[in-house]
Amino acid sequence: MIPGLDFIVPAAYFAAAVMFIYGLKGMSSPVTARQGMIWAGFAMLLAVAVTFFHPKVEGNYLLMIIALVSASVLAWWWARIVAMTDMPQMIALYNGMGGGSAAAIAAVELLKVHSGQVQLMPTTLMVAAFGAIIGSIAFSGSLIAFAKLQGWMRKTWRFPSQQLINLVVFGVTVLLGLIIFIVGPNPFLLLLFFAFALAAGILITIPIGGADMPVVISLYNALTGVAVGLKGYVLEIPALMIAGIVVGAAGTLLTQLMAKAMNRSLGNVLFAGFGKADEDAVGGEVAGEMKSIDATDAAIQMAYAEKVIIVPGYGLAVAQAQHKIWEMTELLMSRGVKVSFAIHPVAGRMPGHMNVLLAEAGVDYEMIHDLEDINAQFPTTDVALVIGANDVVNPAARKDPSSPIFGMPILDVDKAKNCIVVKRGQGTGFSGIENLLFFEDNTRMLYGDAQKVAQQLIAGIKSLG
Amino acid sequence: MEGWIALYIFMLAAFTGIEVIRRVPAILHTPLMSGSNFIHGIVVVGGMVVLGMADTTAEIVVGFIAVFLGAGNAVGGYVVTDRMLEMFKSSDKTKKKE
Repeated sequence: MIPGLDFIVPAAYFAAAVMFIYGLKGMSSPVTARQGMIWAGFAMLLAVAVTFFHPKVEGNYLLMIIALVSASVLAWWWARIVAMTDMPQMIALYNGMGGGSAAAIAAVELLKVHSGQVQLMPTTLMVAAFGAIIGSIAFSGSLIAFAKLQGWMRKTWRFPSQQLINLVVFGVTVLLGLIIFIVGPNPFLLLLFFAFALAAGILITIPIGGADMPVVISLYNALTGVAVGLKGYVLEIPALMIAGIVVGAAGTLLTQLMAKAMNRSLGNVLFAGFGKADEDAVGGEVAGEMKSIDATDAAIQMAYAEKVIIVPGYGLAVAQAQHKIWEMTELLMSRGVKVSFAIHPVAGRMPGHMNVLLAEAGVDYEMIHDLEDINAQFPTTDVALVIGANDVVNPAARKDPSSPIFGMPILDVDKAKNCIVVKRGQGTGFSGIENLLFFEDNTRMLYGDAQKVAQQLIAGIKSLG
Repeated sequence: MEGWIALYIFMLAAFTGIEVIRRVPAILHTPLMSGSNFIHGIVVVGGMVVLGMADTTAEIVVGFIAVFLGAGNAVGGYVVTDRMLEMFKSSDKTKKKE
């Protein structure tokens, strides 16, 4: 034992906690975000390094290093190679790993209690079991979210009395936790307990549609934070408690902000699902018909416009069309057209998703506008170009009280003089709701993959000389 | 640890988390979610502690999983966030050039 370690280890954890909070604070502004991340990264390295000298750590150093290095290399490699458009599911994946780690920590602790090597106070035992439930749900739930966004799992599974079954599974999990608390943990009970907790996470997530995934991932992110905080209490490492709960609280607030941007309550996202509401509401007849336009005409319309607003959505992300769109925008600007981008708070799969993609393509900050800033400008806009966005521009949110999205703030593209919608097919959007915009008199549909359409538009504009 | 002290820590940490995030522009929501995802990767420290005290095969296996998953959370979370923020930086630069 090196002298002074009983001071150095906790002091390092303390410093790490301070740096985490400072780093998170930095991340709340675009200018200091990167610096904040570096602080947080440094805090992580410091905390991991001193943990080798933690008084409770007595062996298995080699295994520790193998686990650290192999996981780091794999995670680093995968996070590097994925496309920017796939970032949301990567967050889900890595978040799930954190939840799984918290659950595994609980499992070891409870096994230790069983073998009598560790004595836990009743409250601590309860906290350990509670953290195990939350961590397990965050783990299996996040992995399902990952599978869905990755396209490995297309279906949203709904079956009769699903809510009831979910409730029962969750209830049994809690009950098993209580039994463990009363009679003490044993391997069989633990296995059952974790199996039920993991099943609960899966069952809660499978009926939730893709459009709601960002909210769900954010919620699981917050849950993992809470689970980590609880583990910090069990293991008596305050740095874990602070980092975990800070993330838990921040994540909860973020989840609420996202849900609010979609005009849904969290309970609605988790328990209702878009699907049920639409089956009744989608039926509403739509007057008019969809009118299509070809790329050449659309190019001419934009090239001779004074003001164009581009509204990107998930379709742009899927088609990786951001670079082409920027190329088109530059062409338009060189012709003296005033171009701006309008971004709905939940455009794409996550708030800020579109901003990240446009930033990747090199679009200037100042051209990108929020919903509140730009909505007043649509009536004076010649062409609103909607690329792969659907529900966020559906006027039904303003006009049709029976629509499931009624009341959701939308971009008022229908108020522009002309509206061109780039879309792959005639189907409905993620929510399955018919979009009234497509049937408006001033709307023209431009069918095709966003990337190819952008290519055609560029060619069209260039041919005008 | 004294339960009440823990409760105070939790309470203060919760307020800190809320205050730090309260006035964040929407464009930073995704990077921020990703960043907080990285921060709870600190769970790897807990994983190391339990692996460090594991004796039986079952404990060692589960402890190993805890460290593995925790490290994946931390490193993956960092790289993902960094890649996102990198893009903000590049657009900052172009702005300054003009």
